[in-house]
Amino acid sequence: MKTYLPARFLVERNAERCIRCKVCTNQCSFDVHSYDSEEDCIQSREENCVGCHRCVIFCPTRAITIRKNPLEYRENYNWRPEVIEDIIKQAETGGVLLTGMGDDKAQRIYWDHLVLNASQVTNPSIDPLREPMELTTFLGRKPDRVELSDDLSLKTEIAPQVKLEVPVMFAAMSYGAVSLHVQESLARAATEAGTLWNTGEGGLHPRLYKYGKNTIVQVASGRFGVHAEYLNAGAVVEIKIGQGAKPGIGGHLPGEKVSAEVSRTRMIPEGTDALSPAPQHDIYSIEDLSQLIYALKEATNYTKPISVKIAAVHNSAAIASGIVRAGADIVVLDGLRGATGAAPKVIRDNVGIPIEMALASVDARLRQEGIRNQASIVISGGIRSAGDVAKAIALGADAVNIGTAALIALGCTVCQQCHTGKCAWGICTSDLFLTKRINPDIGAERVYNLLRGWSVELKDIMGGLGVNAVESLRGNRHHLRGIGLTDTELNILGVQMAGS
Amino acid sequence: MTETTEATTTVVKIDAAGVSHRDLNAKLREAVANGAQKIELRNVHGQRYIGTDLNKPVEIDIFGTPGNDLGSFMDGPRITVHGNAQDGCGNTMNNGLIVVHGHAGDIIGLSARGGKIFVKDDIGYRAGIHMKEYGEKKPVLVVGGTAQDFLGEYMAGGILVLLGLHLEEGQRHKAKFVGTGMHGGVIYLRGDIEQYQLGKEVGIAEPDEKDLQDLQRLVGEFSSYFGYDAGKILENRFVKLFPKYLRPYGRLYAY
Ligand code: SF4
Ligand code: SF4
Repeated sequence: MKTYLPARFLVERNAERCIRCKVCTNQCSFDVHSYDSEEDCIQSREENCVGCHRCVIFCPTRAITIRKNPLEYRENYNWRPEVIEDIIKQAETGGVLLTGMGDDKAQRIYWDHLVLNASQVTNPSIDPLREPMELTTFLGRKPDRVELSDDLSLKTEIAPQVKLEVPVMFAAMSYGAVSLHVQESLARAATEAGTLWNTGEGGLHPRLYKYGKNTIVQVASGRFGVHAEYLNAGAVVEIKIGQGAKPGIGGHLPGEKVSAEVSRTRMIPEGTDALSPAPQHDIYSIEDLSQLIYALKEATNYTKPISVKIAAVHNSAAIASGIVRAGADIVVLDGLRGATGAAPKVIRDNVGIPIEMALASVDARLRQEGIRNQASIVISGGIRSAGDVAKAIALGADAVNIGTAALIALGCTVCQQCHTGKCAWGICTSDLFLTKRINPDIGAERVYNLLRGWSVELKDIMGGLGVNAVESLRGNRHHLRGIGLTDTELNILGVQMAGS
Repeated sequence: MTETTEATTTVVKIDAAGVSHRDLNAKLREAVANGAQKIELRNVHGQRYIGTDLNKPVEIDIFGTPGNDLGSFMDGPRITVHGNAQDGCGNTMNNGLIVVHGHAGDIIGLSARGGKIFVKDDIGYRAGIHMKEYGEKKPVLVVGGTAQDFLGEYMAGGILVLLGLHLEEGQRHKAKFVGTGMHGGVIYLRGDIEQYQLGKEVGIAEPDEKDLQDLQRLVGEFSSYFGYDAGKILENRFVKLFPKYLRPYGRLYAY
């Protein structure tokens, strides 16, 4: 069938600059550039270009420009080019549209409508360059009250806690969805920065067991690679119920991505589809969830916090309350913009609620019920900067997870082609030619640098607010004001309008 | 806890009456750490997660009714239940053996990757969902009676056998939605089932030579635990259910 899909991007090659070195033909994994030996020139198949800019960065003479194909359709706010092209694609395939990364639509980003306070005159700000600033965060269940013995030693039994030097962790990204080099980069950066990375639901490769102290091991519906040794390898065990990019649906890792190594880690035969059913079939209720939480506590002899991750949906507050009462030590909320290695586009862009709203309502609900101390709250889904982190903490989060931001640090340009397995940046692919593009030495350094930069910025923000410990910022919504928001939005966020 | 030494094996007897699951498992851990090779649990009344984090091939005899998630994530112990088991028996099990001299509840063998489970009588709903295999590891669930709906859904590996020993002449297995989404492994049924009871990803065939060898071995082991005559069980006709596609959802997507 002839395709009616136009090229999304135009590939422009400056003939004067091009030295025909063929770097672009090697770098592009979408078969755009090819060398024509008869004409001694490089040709482009523009219709294949996804705009990932790998060739642009690696062309030694900067001869390549990738531009959006202007495609002058007649203006129509409803029938935008993306809508038209999606329909064409389905008319030609009859399939579910798959995509990668997080929701790219224009729903309101509330972080951009929240501003932070700073001290002026009446309370002095603190200079983080001179004064100690505390970002240390402990995740886990906190006691209702603390009792001391006569000799002032602690009488209360404290549930297991994990210590973070910076309240930013790496979101769950499974081996199979991303490459082993990516996981190793994250694991090493996490170890260096004193934070945690997360295996996702693909098991833990033997090479990464040594980073266990900085690892969250996940248990999801597929139970891939889950066994006693795995559960005991990590610092936290996380039950994954849902994911912001695809709330309520399972996952299919296509057989092509199940290479020999992936098969070893997931413990399934090479080349078979790894199907994660939508629900975990031993969890149909909060009582069932509690049963799995305690099964995992038993399996790890009560030495590790158990985390439960859900997608942010309409009833998150009530669900989170149930999760805490079921015995979880950490609740992870993944918002509408949470990313993925592959999800149906219709789900990614239409299901779930913004993380800011979910966080505000969950934190408020747990406080109202007097159980906020019983679990830490971690949020994820579109966190872009230290500013977002500070606002999230002020709204009530103990820590945040970053996925996309960490991948961008590694080279990702958010081209949203993760589901194709052809990532030209060598991030979300299991193609051995491509995965070599991430060198864990350099990758770890890039990601660590990002965390370092954010830590310094967080300290700056805190200093400006006049607080010297992240504890004093947590859940302190007085430090936030809203701009351009309705009363209802302000109400749910629990913040006042700027000026009030 | 009392300890007796029988010839060369160390037997530990634990009275579970009124003991919480947390304390009971702590006792089991302690006993195993101290080198117990055989443990007898008496008066078990619904305590969950028994055997969960034990990774030694210790023998555990349970008298009474163990609670949910018996042997979940288990990696090696050999558990015998002198009574019925409840839900989640052998959940995500990696290795070991569970023999139930009675019935077992729902989601038995969920996501199991290895080990063997033998149940004398019937089992509940959602048995063997997403059982998988890898290399040498191949989980086995053999049931003397029958199962309820959703048996072997999303099954990705392993062997599931329903012997239907309590079915009357001409009676069928009643489970519906058997093997929906199945993409690996095999289910053997002694007794009949109709096409409409199966997921659309499931094919029916006569067992071949290799299947019959597996059946002989598994029915033999089953009979040795429960005192049946394997030869007699094997006289009846078996059907084999298998995944028609290794990638049932391959054509679902547009890239
Ligand atoms: S490398 Fe990326 S930007 Fe360059 S041509 Fe290929 S797909 Fe397009
Ligand atoms: S990980 Fe790779 S494929 Fe996915 S958005 Fe980033 S650059 Fe594109």
